[in-house]
Amino acid sequence: MTAAPESVTTTDDASDASAVPDTTRTSLLRFATAGSVDDGKSTLVGRLLHDTKSILADAYEAVERVSRERGSEEVDLALLTDGLRAEREQGITIDVAYRYFSTPRRTFILADCPGHVQYTRNTVTGASTADALVVLIDARYGVVEQTKRHLAVAALLRVPHVIVAVNKIDLLDYAQGPYRSIAQHVQSHAESLGLPNVITVPVSALNGDNVATRSESTPWYEGPTVLEILETVPSIDQGADEFAAAHRHGVAHPTAADAEAAASGWRFPVQLVLRPQDAAVAEEFREYRGYAGQVAEGTVRVGDEVVVQPSGKRTTVAGIDTATGPLEAAHTGQSVAIRLADEIDIARGDLLSSAEDATSASKKFHAHVAWLTDRPLRVRDRVLVQHGSATVQAMVASIDGILDISLPGGTLDSSIKPGHELLLNDIGVVTLQLAQPLAVEDYGKHRRTGAFCLVDPQDGNTLAAGTARAHVPGTGEDTYVSI
Amino acid sequence: MTDQTTAPARLSTLDSLEAEGIHIIREAVGTARKPVLLFSGGKDSVVVLHLATKAFWPGKVPFELLHVDTGHNFDEVLEFRDRTVERLGLRLQVAKVQDYIDDGRLRERPDGTRNPLQTVPLLDGIAEHKYDVVFGGARRDEEKARAKERVVSLRDEFGAWDPRNQRPELWNLYNPRHLPGQHVRVFPLSNWTELDVWRYIERENIELPSLYYAHERDVFQRDGMWLTPHHSVRVRDTDQIVKRTVRYRTVGDASCTGAVESPAITVSDVIAEVASTRITERGATRADDRLSEAAMEDRKKEGYF
Ligand SMILES: Nc1nc2c(ncn2[C@@H]2O[C@H](COP(=O)(O)OP(=O)(O)OP(=O)(O)O)[C@@H](O)[C@H]2O)c(=O)[nH]1
Ligand SMILES: [Mg+2]
Repeated sequence: MTAAPESVTTTDDASDASAVPDTTRTSLLRFATAGSVDDGKSTLVGRLLHDTKSILADAYEAVERVSRERGSEEVDLALLTDGLRAEREQGITIDVAYRYFSTPRRTFILADCPGHVQYTRNTVTGASTADALVVLIDARYGVVEQTKRHLAVAALLRVPHVIVAVNKIDLLDYAQGPYRSIAQHVQSHAESLGLPNVITVPVSALNGDNVATRSESTPWYEGPTVLEILETVPSIDQGADEFAAAHRHGVAHPTAADAEAAASGWRFPVQLVLRPQDAAVAEEFREYRGYAGQVAEGTVRVGDEVVVQPSGKRTTVAGIDTATGPLEAAHTGQSVAIRLADEIDIARGDLLSSAEDATSASKKFHAHVAWLTDRPLRVRDRVLVQHGSATVQAMVASIDGILDISLPGGTLDSSIKPGHELLLNDIGVVTLQLAQPLAVEDYGKHRRTGAFCLVDPQDGNTLAAGTARAHVPGTGEDTYVSI
Repeated sequence: MTDQTTAPARLSTLDSLEAEGIHIIREAVGTARKPVLLFSGGKDSVVVLHLATKAFWPGKVPFELLHVDTGHNFDEVLEFRDRTVERLGLRLQVAKVQDYIDDGRLRERPDGTRNPLQTVPLLDGIAEHKYDVVFGGARRDEEKARAKERVVSLRDEFGAWDPRNQRPELWNLYNPRHLPGQHVRVFPLSNWTELDVWRYIERENIELPSLYYAHERDVFQRDGMWLTPHHSVRVRDTDQIVKRTVRYRTVGDASCTGAVESPAITVSDVIAEVASTRITERGATRADDRLSEAAMEDRKKEGYF
């Protein structure tokens, strides 16, 4: 009998469609992997996909076949994400692979990042959108330079949750000792970087111990599996709102940061001015004028008082529109159009914010930048700053220091050595002078409006990831020079 | 839409994906000189178009559509394509593979499939109309090379993608800058899965070509797929034509796009089916991806979608 063409309803184990999470309801968590080359990131990701039954039969067979062709007896789960020809030839990850899976509790977008120092820019890419970062460490070698670099990136980007998976414990006979000392080392290093609540887990990505299921080989470990942690941590966009919701029901134990996030105002970068005129979908909208964007932070309500930056003008929210009808309020992450009570000159690149806890614009600010390109960054270099929906010309006023990741117990503030230029993969403190004012805020308090990237004005390439700082120790200067 | 004052503040996965897609489309249009959407009438491009109608409401979608017609398309899909364009009052450009074959610029492949032949008319179309931002419906979950691509992906003067040298893409700050002659491809559905697309189609009540739902059809087996007799397919004497109840998971070149046996008549039937399937969308239905381990990567490097 020849194999029949695939009919899509044949398997019995999956016939229970009700077990499939309803993505119209479950929340989304984005996470990324990090850690030194060969520490087992892609294998861990493959294991998570495998153990959550997220790999479809033909994809698994393809990986099985390729593993076999390479003379390996075991299925190399890393091949599930190492999809480029060059990656498979070299057995390493070069660029981020995005994969999607879900459990009954949550939907996940995962970014499997490279470990090789040469591809740090891709790891920064994957980590920048992550709610959680899973940092792998090879238990045989412990914390190495690249682990420190990636932890520094996590601190720079303030990835809300860092999980350290101490991997390959099968090669150390599941002994407790090495895990304990690595976990301790990680905790003290993370603390000095200002990374709170780092969770460590002993795992074997290869065998699946403590990845999605609890291991019988580590009776000395009583904590959660990697998957359990990922299923329960709050996500960035939902953190504040979720906190508020939980708090209403009296179940949360708020931290100071949570309380601040829940209490702060809102931010809304204007992407486009919607003025349909002749292109209106109906005659009644000919004279419509609204500002299209995505709520970057907080909750916008009709009637809220608004400050527009950089002009500093004030007005109120007259309406919040979507194609399916008006809203009374729009929350973090929603894409809407805002109508304002007064006709003010507003263009793409402007930032609307609540008058309460308002933004202010300035032409100079300090920032940490992760320099991601081969040529160095020097004082007086001209760059473009891309911030929210705005792009402005800028000049590097000064390079105030470079992070020395080799210093023991180094922090993003204290381990700064002097330097005149940033080289590939350096994290440095710089001061930027802008041609036009921007409402850049402290990244620690306002993630969306504190983040920016630097772009080459000539070829348009992205050069660096930047996070604005309110205050730089030692300079005695506040970030924002008011205009 | 529900009353947002009482609805929970957290966004569901679908809400997040929709909001992200709209944000990406607005961002790209905000910086583009002349954007275009690659529109085939397939479900993914239909969803991108739907997001675009939301992104610019109460204005019309402010860009043209471009379809690369292989000459092997299903009639139902072409009819649906034209009806959709008409309904939204948009302008459609069609680049025809047949024209290239007729005047000798392209030659028919021995296996008869025309999917790989779309690259040249696509790139010519982009150059001729001077499009600088090209929207597509590709999703990262479709294929392992696509899993590696940025949301905003730079293409060089030859339309080529360089997977080893992609720009960093940080937070939601998309960088569409490019030099004259280059362009960017923009994929608003990058983070959607096949199941997300179907759930969204259900939620938004989006119309699709009828081929996506179960219907009775003459089919025959080839390379482990159900193909349908069509002017683009050479039916051999040995091919046994049978009637089956089938549907299509993707709609493309009829000569290499297979149907799957399925009783799924409604969107919710399809969702239940997709949720329980054990075979990937392209694995089940695309012969062109089976050519080699890196077939998609190779085509993308040459400028394919
Ligand atoms: N014994 C053992 N080997 C492992 C384990 N996890 C990964 N490996 C092996 O370590 C090697 C590297 O694994 P990868 O998953 O490719 O490592 P990676 O961190 O993704 O590497 P890059 O992405 O290139 O930085 C492979 O040979 C894996 O089989 C483990 O838990 N135990
Ligand atoms: Mg890897």
